[in-house]
Amino acid sequence: MNMIFMLLGFSIILALVFLVAFLWASKSGQNDDLYTPSVRILFDDEPRKEEKAKCDEDHLKP
Amino acid sequence: MPAAPYYSGDKQFCCLGCRSVYQILSSHNLSNYYTYNEVPGQSQKKNPQFFDYLDEEGIAADLIDYTDEERTVITLYIPAIHCSSCIWLLENLYQLNPHILQSRIDFPKKQVSITFRNKEISLRQVAELLDNIGYEPLISLQDVVKKQQGSNAERRLITQIAVAGFCFGNVMMLSFPEYFGFGKLDGHYRIVFNWINLALSLPVLLYSAKDYFVSAWTNLRKGILNLDFPLALGIAVMFVRSAAEIITATGSGFIDTLCSLTFFILIGKWMQQRTYHYLSFERDYRSYFPVAVTRISEGKEQPVPLNDLMTGDRILIRSNEIIPADAILLKGEARIDFSFVTGESAAVEKVLGEMVYAGGRQLGAAIELEVVKPVSQSYLTKLWNNESFGSQKSKIRTFSDTVSRYFSIALLAVALSAGLFWINTDLNKAIAAFTAVLIIACPCALALSSPFTLAAVLSVFDKNKFYLKNTEVVEQLARINTMVFDKTGTITNPASGGFAFTARLTETQQQLVADLARNSGHPLSRELVKWLNKDNMYAADQYREQVGRGITGRINGHEVKLGSAAFLGLQAKTTGSVVHIIIDELYCGYFLSEQQWRPGFKQLAMQLGKNYDLHLLSGDQDHDRQSLAPFFPASRQLHFRQSPQQKLDYISTLQLKGAAVMMLGDGLNDAGALRQSDLGIAVTDDINNFSPGCDAILDGAAFAQLPQFIRQAKDAVKIIHMCFAISISYNAIGLFFAVQGLLSPLIAAILMPISTVTIILFTSLSARFYAHKNKLL
Repeated sequence: MNMIFMLLGFSIILALVFLVAFLWASKSGQNDDLYTPSVRILFDDEPRKEEKAKCDEDHLKP
Repeated sequence: MPAAPYYSGDKQFCCLGCRSVYQILSSHNLSNYYTYNEVPGQSQKKNPQFFDYLDEEGIAADLIDYTDEERTVITLYIPAIHCSSCIWLLENLYQLNPHILQSRIDFPKKQVSITFRNKEISLRQVAELLDNIGYEPLISLQDVVKKQQGSNAERRLITQIAVAGFCFGNVMMLSFPEYFGFGKLDGHYRIVFNWINLALSLPVLLYSAKDYFVSAWTNLRKGILNLDFPLALGIAVMFVRSAAEIITATGSGFIDTLCSLTFFILIGKWMQQRTYHYLSFERDYRSYFPVAVTRISEGKEQPVPLNDLMTGDRILIRSNEIIPADAILLKGEARIDFSFVTGESAAVEKVLGEMVYAGGRQLGAAIELEVVKPVSQSYLTKLWNNESFGSQKSKIRTFSDTVSRYFSIALLAVALSAGLFWINTDLNKAIAAFTAVLIIACPCALALSSPFTLAAVLSVFDKNKFYLKNTEVVEQLARINTMVFDKTGTITNPASGGFAFTARLTETQQQLVADLARNSGHPLSRELVKWLNKDNMYAADQYREQVGRGITGRINGHEVKLGSAAFLGLQAKTTGSVVHIIIDELYCGYFLSEQQWRPGFKQLAMQLGKNYDLHLLSGDQDHDRQSLAPFFPASRQLHFRQSPQQKLDYISTLQLKGAAVMMLGDGLNDAGALRQSDLGIAVTDDINNFSPGCDAILDGAAFAQLPQFIRQAKDAVKIIHMCFAISISYNAIGLFFAVQGLLSPLIAAILMPISTVTIILFTSLSARFYAHKNKLL
């Protein structure tokens, strides 16, 4: 019987955590620009010149 | 790609600018820029900009977001941002210059926020770096970078929605057992569940729904019954009755309905408030004028803020810069593009000593001028001193404004009579009936119908390149009965395509026509000469011109006649700007200047002319009077040589006669008329370009669809009326139970969401249906 009250408490606390997380995200401006991050994630970190040269060398090795 | 492209290695470039951008990028190992898009970047043919004014501390301080000993943060508006390559490059600025610490793009707003070490690199150098790689920041007098003030209100609304949604979800979970009825065993849970519900309703009542109480109260004090009044009343009554029931343990109240209602109406409000971040409807001359201008004093050039510019100052205007105040040309050759002011794209040449009005852009080399009027008092800018710019545009009475008054009165009447009916037999039932009426008739569906319908219409318009400032404009659009057009740039196509010719002329014949037409000042003659592109060879003998009708003359022994059909005694078959040609009594065909009007203007004018009163206000000479006359009902409705102020006054005269005026304009000289009119639409061929303050921005490509937009707006109003009927019938069902005092929380909990969902479905489906019917989807 008391289990129900416990579960109730947990469910509300969990929901509160999500609410707070959303409010924090909204407050820190994460919802202001919904387009740019979706593009940003697709950019590769390109290797630096020296690394690139090294990569090419590695490829050439048998 | 031009015939002779520029090369760097094995790569081709359209111009020197693009090649140098490539060289900068590749030397910094940033060639990935070219991999994210087929054709990234924009053609780099513009002249370099001067950012020396950014070294002036006073000017820079106004632009900077944040600065301390080490670093500075600035947000710049860059109109050239248009693709993912732009994002990539601009976020990799730190690779171009190590003193730039970070740069973040806000793509929808076309803004970049740059953090840099202010000891090592100056703001000016940052701006120059951006300009070098082709992303010229636009720094204007009224900073176009939108500060965060607007988004605070939006964030607050989002928070309110989030809180309401959280409470709504949990309350629904806890109310569910109630709907099926508690058994004997678990009856004691009910009390606990109810108390938790009551606790959860507090944030909804006190935080999420707060604005409704505030708005209802402030309006009530002004004697206005707006839609917020029955909403606030319903919410308050719901809470009080629920609290009473729960505290006395007599029932479980309407907490679930309260939370869902608040949640839904807040979403409706959010739909209504959504705006286009990337468009500005509030621009005036200040967002177009630069922040500073170069002043020459005692032989030294120094940038000064525009506000410090005084009469008698000598200023230097370099190529591509804007003349900020009325001035007299002292030195250099002025070729000035007034397209922002008048919409006319052809450059105007000025001679020394001539007056140059503010707002033009110098196309030629640098010139020097003497300021004769302060910036705010110039011919163009003094328009903004007019009182119509001082006050807020008066809000229109929307349908829901009108309805809510009667609705509130009727609601109170029904509630009171239901209460009075029962008061003698059963006091409890009387209270139950009275409160139940207020709860069930809470106009949730009604409050949602306008925002959802109008938001759906807005997105349909948006797909067709017609951008409205807010949802109210849709209703305004449906009420228009008079239309006023600007000519140049609005109904004429700025990129005039030249002439269509029906027959072939030999080279010599072309030469004859060109040499005759050269003598005439008529715009068609001039365009013809330009189009034929022949050097002057022969002089014209016996030249005669009937202004606006035609010209005749003898060229190299040939008798040449150019002009309208009536002038040459021909049977006219064509309409529009036609130049017929007769050489040596032989008819050679005609030139047709079809491109002069925007495509579809003729059909548009004919279609709209049936139902609307059309007027024309042009700042130009009246040489187009003849060709425009057929489109307008009476010649007295065509007005030429209008100053910006006269345009504004003309609109207010029409409004005094009771007309609901829509103004279509494009340049700064229409800004007053756009502002004064009931609905000002700026017509532009590139929505990212400058457009004056207005209620709506119409892409030139969608110009011909204007009648469809108006029809869609009228249909939207029709949909709102239908929604009203639907929500009233739901209310009637609820009232049937309520007046008898039989309203159970379950009925309320079912009826409220069903009516809401019905309205949302109905509005979005019917808006799409009408959009299909109007050929907008």
